[in-house]
Amino acid sequence: MSQITKLQFDVIVVGAGGAGLRAAIAAREAGKKTAILSKSLFGKAHTVMAEGGIAASMGNVNSNDNWKVHFCDTMRGGKFLNHYRMAELHAKEAPDRVWELEAWGALFDRTPDGKISQRNFGGHEYPRLAHVGDRTGLEMIRTLQQRVVALQQQDKAEFGDYDAMIQVFAETSVSHVFVSGEGADRKVSGAFAYARGTGDFIVFEAPSVILATGGIGKSFKVTSNSWEYTGDGHSMALISGGSLVNMEFVQFHPTGMVWPLSVKGILVTESVRGDGGVLTNSEGRRFMFDYIPDVFKAQYAKTEEEADRWYTDPDNNKRPPELLPRDEVARAINTEVKAGRGSPHGGVFLDVSKRLPADVIRAKLPSMWHQFKELADVDITLEPMEVGPTCHYVMGGIEVDPDTQQAVGVKGLYAAGESSGGMHGSNRLGGNSLSDLLVFGKRAGDAAAEYASAAGPVTLSDAEIAAAETAAMAPFSNAGGENPYAIQQELQQMMNDYVGIIRTEDELKQALVEIEKFKERAARVGVKGTRQYNPAWHIALDLPHQLVVSECIARAALGREESRGGHTRDDFAKMSPEWRQVNLICYAEGTGVRVEKQALPTIPQELVSLFDSSELSKYMTQAELDSIAQGTA
Amino acid sequence: MSSVTTPVSTDGQPPKRKRAEIGVKTLRTDRYWVQPLVTFIALMLFVIYSTWRAFMNADYFYEPLISPFYSPCLSTACPPGSSFWTPLDLPVAFSPALLILIFPLGFRLTCYYYRKSYYRAFWQSPPACAVAEPHGKYTGETRFPLIFQNAHRYFFYAGLAFNALLTYDAIIAFRNHEGQWGHASVGTLVLILNAAFLWFYSLSCHSCRHAIGGRLKNFSKHPARYKMWTWVSKLNGNHMRYAWISMVFVAFTDFYVYLVASGKITNFYFF
Amino acid sequence: MTYTANFRVWRGIGGEGELQDYTVEVNEGEVVLDVIHRIQATQEPDLGVRWNCKAGKCGSCSAEINGKPRLMCMTRMNTFEEGAPVTVTPMRTFPVIRDLVTDVSFNYEKGRQVPAFSPPKDLKPGDFRMQQKDVERSQEFRKCIECFLCTNTCHAVRDHEENVKFFAGPRVLMRTAELDMHPLDTLDRRRMAQDELGLGYCNITKCCTEVCPEHIHITDNALIPLKERVADLKYDPLRWLGNKIRVRGKDD
Repeated sequence: MSQITKLQFDVIVVGAGGAGLRAAIAAREAGKKTAILSKSLFGKAHTVMAEGGIAASMGNVNSNDNWKVHFCDTMRGGKFLNHYRMAELHAKEAPDRVWELEAWGALFDRTPDGKISQRNFGGHEYPRLAHVGDRTGLEMIRTLQQRVVALQQQDKAEFGDYDAMIQVFAETSVSHVFVSGEGADRKVSGAFAYARGTGDFIVFEAPSVILATGGIGKSFKVTSNSWEYTGDGHSMALISGGSLVNMEFVQFHPTGMVWPLSVKGILVTESVRGDGGVLTNSEGRRFMFDYIPDVFKAQYAKTEEEADRWYTDPDNNKRPPELLPRDEVARAINTEVKAGRGSPHGGVFLDVSKRLPADVIRAKLPSMWHQFKELADVDITLEPMEVGPTCHYVMGGIEVDPDTQQAVGVKGLYAAGESSGGMHGSNRLGGNSLSDLLVFGKRAGDAAAEYASAAGPVTLSDAEIAAAETAAMAPFSNAGGENPYAIQQELQQMMNDYVGIIRTEDELKQALVEIEKFKERAARVGVKGTRQYNPAWHIALDLPHQLVVSECIARAALGREESRGGHTRDDFAKMSPEWRQVNLICYAEGTGVRVEKQALPTIPQELVSLFDSSELSKYMTQAELDSIAQGTA
Repeated sequence: MSSVTTPVSTDGQPPKRKRAEIGVKTLRTDRYWVQPLVTFIALMLFVIYSTWRAFMNADYFYEPLISPFYSPCLSTACPPGSSFWTPLDLPVAFSPALLILIFPLGFRLTCYYYRKSYYRAFWQSPPACAVAEPHGKYTGETRFPLIFQNAHRYFFYAGLAFNALLTYDAIIAFRNHEGQWGHASVGTLVLILNAAFLWFYSLSCHSCRHAIGGRLKNFSKHPARYKMWTWVSKLNGNHMRYAWISMVFVAFTDFYVYLVASGKITNFYFF
Repeated sequence: MTYTANFRVWRGIGGEGELQDYTVEVNEGEVVLDVIHRIQATQEPDLGVRWNCKAGKCGSCSAEINGKPRLMCMTRMNTFEEGAPVTVTPMRTFPVIRDLVTDVSFNYEKGRQVPAFSPPKDLKPGDFRMQQKDVERSQEFRKCIECFLCTNTCHAVRDHEENVKFFAGPRVLMRTAELDMHPLDTLDRRRMAQDELGLGYCNITKCCTEVCPEHIHITDNALIPLKERVADLKYDPLRWLGNKIRVRGKDD
């Protein structure tokens, strides 16, 4: 066995996207020696793909906005399945997190009085998204990256070494999280990683590990997610003794590119609709007016005239139905295409060219303009785009304590960002993701630092390390085995076919059968060549993670017999107030997973009273409504 | 240790890595050499023409037209009426153009656009993007003499003075050969256009853009300069175009005056 | 619409290697990265290539295609003649890790030398006020996706490896310009730009701008203005005198 480097840290952050970097900054500012482990280069994380903005009720554009309105929008968007406490913390703390970015050098677009400009977005009552054109995610990741560098410069001045207190390990993947103890004593002791470039192994001994590994989209064929989104964090949390909550809720963004095939799935930002873009079918009809569900009838325009007036006079008109929450729009597009009213390449038309002058389009949506021009040869100032749903985000995730983000069941293990669950309920509003990363990234970093102080240093045994190394090397002993690329591609196709945007019991059961077959094949996966930057090996190590997560999604989707947000069952088309009281929790068991029901926490009186009782009645059971009424009486 | 990309290697040292051994100086398959070649030929033609004219020391003035190569005519050798200047007592054989051309040529020589074009076309540093240059050593503009490129702004200021003079020359060209005002000829038009193109070239200059507002940190505190900066920035986007147009036209203007002064053509008067 | 293409891909570890030939299927609408991925999935599973978003937003898949520095994900196959060989090599300026993957840590190390944004000490988060026109210049530079194609293409280091000690490359110099133009930054990085980051090595031949996939006007809007700012400080006797006798305040 080759030599393995062993390093000691207080806090290990797995993932260098928005949540991971924000957590690392918090841990370092709390005085803890922190490592950031990134699968990609520093600053390339999937956060760069976020386009629209960061939702925070700063009230810069409409002073009526405040955290309560943001909280209500978030709960409404999530169909009241959100963990109320996370939604509350998120709404309250998001403005501070955005202002902090500005103090670290972020340059948001401005209002005329010099404040951060905010834009409209689906599901948000007021203009709320701090943004920079349509490249807000890039601005955020760069700002956080530069904040890490600023801290390193301080450390260089103080200790003579940039890496003294916060060190970035780029292109370093974690394959295993070490835990020790059982039951209530179960706690983290470090992580096992491989440097992608050299293939060398590094062992990190640390009392706190923060999983900020993003989502699971790479288990679906049509996705806006990059290769990194394999659900490895989810899977490692499960294997370590943690649990996943509500994994059935997968957001299909309504507008992904559909043509050419090579870019199918790449995101078309919601800002296109926020800035005036409309959806039409092959008959030229603005079909979204036909799909406004009862729960949203009060908030959306009924006629095209009113919808068009809203762009200039939002206070006196209702918003266009193109800005309904993402799940509604995605389903509507899906239905139109299935009914034969789709565009030539199987999407619908999204047109901004007839709505805005060309120079305004180029100024407001610069990267969309480039994206279509360079990838599809379409000039969006002259012609409509073709768009269709694409797997974008998983609302479910690692079950955590809402205040500390500590994973339920494992001390010292934290999760933040997309890899954690609960915050967004059954459907996430656009813009709430970036703010989620910041708010809960910081909370996770703070809590992990505090826990690390209490827990003290940890050490790993040679046997533990050797076991992790053996597991990581396994695919090499199988040269001539199954091709990892083939398994991954077939898994993606299967998940798209059976666990996609519309689900049925039969197909979900079929998916579970298929997953068992994939597991057998994955056990035989083989790679050839050396360990230096060998993508086949990397995929081989990711496959088991993808399979665990896929199984959780399929099992939870089979379990939830209703349709809500990012989970649509053809055989249970209605939203059920009884199911709103239920979380589905996924645990590792044997070679697979099991799913259990868990009661949702009750929303406290001061928060539930922010809603109209008529609105609550659309979501809640009579018993719940009665007890709320008694509380306020 | 380079901690950012490569944390550690098995022996605790960063791995020894080299650039890809590719061998050929470029793998470009397009005709990347066309652009520098065209630039080379065009600039050489200008240099040859202007050298020929500068040393000619004749046929640069025909009342009221004066060649831009020779204005302001500073030598006592200049024909009467060609200069409003107090003449310098220079040897008759010394071409007054040599005194003048230093400044406009210096302006062009230190110009950010021309620097790009002659570094590429003449010095091949680099001949084209991703094509290896033939030099063993490169220090850019960090040392003598190229460090003097940083004085571009002073040539810009001088260029402004020359623009003013050439504009004056164009205005006094609204006279006939006998010196009466209110007349205009083809020569007048040529001089006017020449002055206009030179203004466009000067005002679109990067140093001008910097001086007018580029050096400010807060545009909002200087609204007038910001406005001017946005105009100059627009011009600046076309700096290369103005550089070529004005250069070709200044040579043409000189050539026109030469033709008239040497009697090869008659300066046609519109009125 | 499907045809067979001839690809020549540079393969090797740590710098030693050679071009290898592949015949591979190409479908309508594909980009070079799709074809590289097909080679990987069907012929050479250990072919090293770095990529993430496949939409031109992350700047990971930088390489040289037929000798031109480009993002593989933004190079459409229909820009090549069917049948003509397509050559893909790693970026030349950076050391090779494996195949098309290069070690770009140089850029991060140089970037770390540039002192971070420093707002006025008494300015609290939330109290920042900036006008759109004041942030626009720096915003253009913040579009940078750090693909490092600019630095790769710059002959100052590409053709002169010894200059990596003295020259930080266009990306890092543009970052310096970005901070220098930030309306609320309080530091002066001009001397550093010239003396430590090697701005003087730039001879404004504009290849950085030519290859920038984000179409940032690196030369005209960042490097030349930075050169002019350095000239204000170091090469302009009149301004030096003006500053000495305080004819002009620090209004700039």
